[in-house]
Amino acid sequence: MSEAQPNYVEIKPRKGWGDLGIKETWEFRELLYFLIWREIKGRYRQMALGPTWIILKPFVTMVVLSLVFGKLAKLPSDGVPYPLFSYSALLPWTLFTVSLNKSATSLVSNMGIISKVYFPRMVVPISTACAGLVDFFMSFLILIGMMLYFGYMPGLKLLILPMYLALAVATAMAVGLWLATLAVRFRDVAYAVEHLLQVAMYLTPVVYPASMVPEAWRGLYMLNPMAQVVEGFRWALVGTGQAPNLITVAVWGIVLALLFSGAHLFRRTERTVVDLM
Amino acid sequence: MNDNAIEVNGLGKRYRLGAAVTKPNGRLQAVGEALKAPFRYLIRNATKASEEETLWALRNVSVSVKRGEVVGIIGRNGAGKTTFLKILSRITDPTEGMARVYGRVGTLLAVGTGFHPELSGRDNVFLNGAIMGMKREEIRTRFDEIVAFAEVAKFIDTPVKYYSSGMYVRLAFAVAAHLEPEVLLVDEVLAVGDLAFQRKCLGKMNSVSDEGRTVLLVSHNMEAILGLCPRTVWIDQGGVAGDGPSREVVQQYTKESMERAAQPNLKDKTRQGEGVIEFTGFHLRDSQGRPIPHVLCGDPVDLVIDYRSISGQDLVNVTAWIWLLDPLRKPLTCLWSMLTNQDFQRLPSEGRLVCRLPQVNLAPGSYMVDLAARVNMGKSEKLMEAAKLEVLPGDFFGTGRPITQTGQFLCNHSWSLED
Repeated sequence: MSEAQPNYVEIKPRKGWGDLGIKETWEFRELLYFLIWREIKGRYRQMALGPTWIILKPFVTMVVLSLVFGKLAKLPSDGVPYPLFSYSALLPWTLFTVSLNKSATSLVSNMGIISKVYFPRMVVPISTACAGLVDFFMSFLILIGMMLYFGYMPGLKLLILPMYLALAVATAMAVGLWLATLAVRFRDVAYAVEHLLQVAMYLTPVVYPASMVPEAWRGLYMLNPMAQVVEGFRWALVGTGQAPNLITVAVWGIVLALLFSGAHLFRRTERTVVDLM
Repeated sequence: MNDNAIEVNGLGKRYRLGAAVTKPNGRLQAVGEALKAPFRYLIRNATKASEEETLWALRNVSVSVKRGEVVGIIGRNGAGKTTFLKILSRITDPTEGMARVYGRVGTLLAVGTGFHPELSGRDNVFLNGAIMGMKREEIRTRFDEIVAFAEVAKFIDTPVKYYSSGMYVRLAFAVAAHLEPEVLLVDEVLAVGDLAFQRKCLGKMNSVSDEGRTVLLVSHNMEAILGLCPRTVWIDQGGVAGDGPSREVVQQYTKESMERAAQPNLKDKTRQGEGVIEFTGFHLRDSQGRPIPHVLCGDPVDLVIDYRSISGQDLVNVTAWIWLLDPLRKPLTCLWSMLTNQDFQRLPSEGRLVCRLPQVNLAPGSYMVDLAARVNMGKSEKLMEAAKLEVLPGDFFGTGRPITQTGQFLCNHSWSLED
């Protein structure tokens, strides 16, 4: 034991904002791995279809959207077959909503562990967001199949997808971290989030193309990070939508600011969060 | 380099209690209250907590524990023991003071933390181990040992939701017992599991301390404390009330418990209630209905409980029970209306329950009485150490020979020579 690094933890009231504890969170990466694994493995137990549900959910939604908005309402889809058009948006959108929902309620639903064992609480919302990514990759394989079916060859533009994927997760985490501690105090948050996400879906070009939005409003409209993600996905996959531009950079800036402030708020409230249960 | 494992200095934890909310009077007021609720919350957070609103669960606690020491922590419910462990294990921050813990800390506040019912025993061992801070490699090398210790080898690939509660607890404890922390904080987990397994756990914990590990053990089981811990800290009302050799501290504590139990005023006792029924009085009565301070061994006695319903309404489907315990809080017997098929279908909002013992067969001595009731299979009320039951030597066998000392209880019996 060296004198320079005392082998003890000091426990005292923490004041102010403190650090993000990234190093400590990293030390608990095994726990992160196990929580993701529990989330995935535990979810589909004792179900006849098991993990098929991961693929089934967005697929069925896509079919319904195609019938209602594509066939009945005849919404334009920038010339792309409507099923492909909506599915390419549904994937990041589902990832976003699931991650946001889960991370916002992560503290409440994991109180059993949180009130009994210490670990950096940040692990919990991160693990739920990552579990969403696994679902995403499963569904993505279907998407590739659909592209080939409709005669779209995946090209080099696919390489930009991780950036948009990161933007979707970062946005979900940013909002989720802000809401997670609030959700401990007010159980209404979980309901509110679900409802607001439904509203948000119509503010995001999931069932219609962004090109339908009047030109004058387009700039403001594209400040919605998820609008960026969805349009970016379409650009990379089927060639419509919008290429990354300056607004994308600005949106990243906003999201990162939200993410860091959210993480700090989370760190601040995690110290005494169990007292509020 | 000092040889302390834990140093605690002036530790305190303050909780803010919810301000009493007045019950709404009529529908209009109820709506008004609901509308005001969010604002009330904001105002409450913006203002400083008033004196009545705060509760110091722990205050000015200073203790140091040497490496390799096994220390028991005792105290009544709500005295601050669990809060103390929660602060030491960093689950919640203290309000003031500081503590240092040297080395890797293992926390056992509950067994089976994070168990997922749908996952197999095998999966849960890894999951639970990871939650408690073990590395995957460590769990893998100890896996067989853990399974053998838990005695669940046959069911290791079955989802734990199909486990009996005993198996569940055994598996959970086995993981915990194989943690190798330098400091182990344990809260009352020995209260679960069957007797043989409890003994095995105690043995395992003993070997833990032999290997130079430091253990803090919170328990209500004085036998466990006396058997395992050379030193005991007694926490009362958030402060250290006693600290020293276990035998002395436990003695002080039991003496105080008996004195407290002897106090007739039930208002000051430790309640664990969900606010549906309240015990307002307890006394002993002889067969003529006269209140008596103590009973004679062999005499009949009525244990009389006064209660009231908190809502003021009648209570339906009430089951009531009385625990008789020895001074170390070891349960001796339970007098339970369900066992005698005498649960109460309906009780008036206020009244008196009587439990009659036709012949007291406890050996002469002092006993403690816990009262409890459950209403309609749901909410319950417990009053710990509600009273002291003093049994004096009496003529149990009707032979004119008062019993003085005969172990813990008496049995009717007869002797003869077989011809």
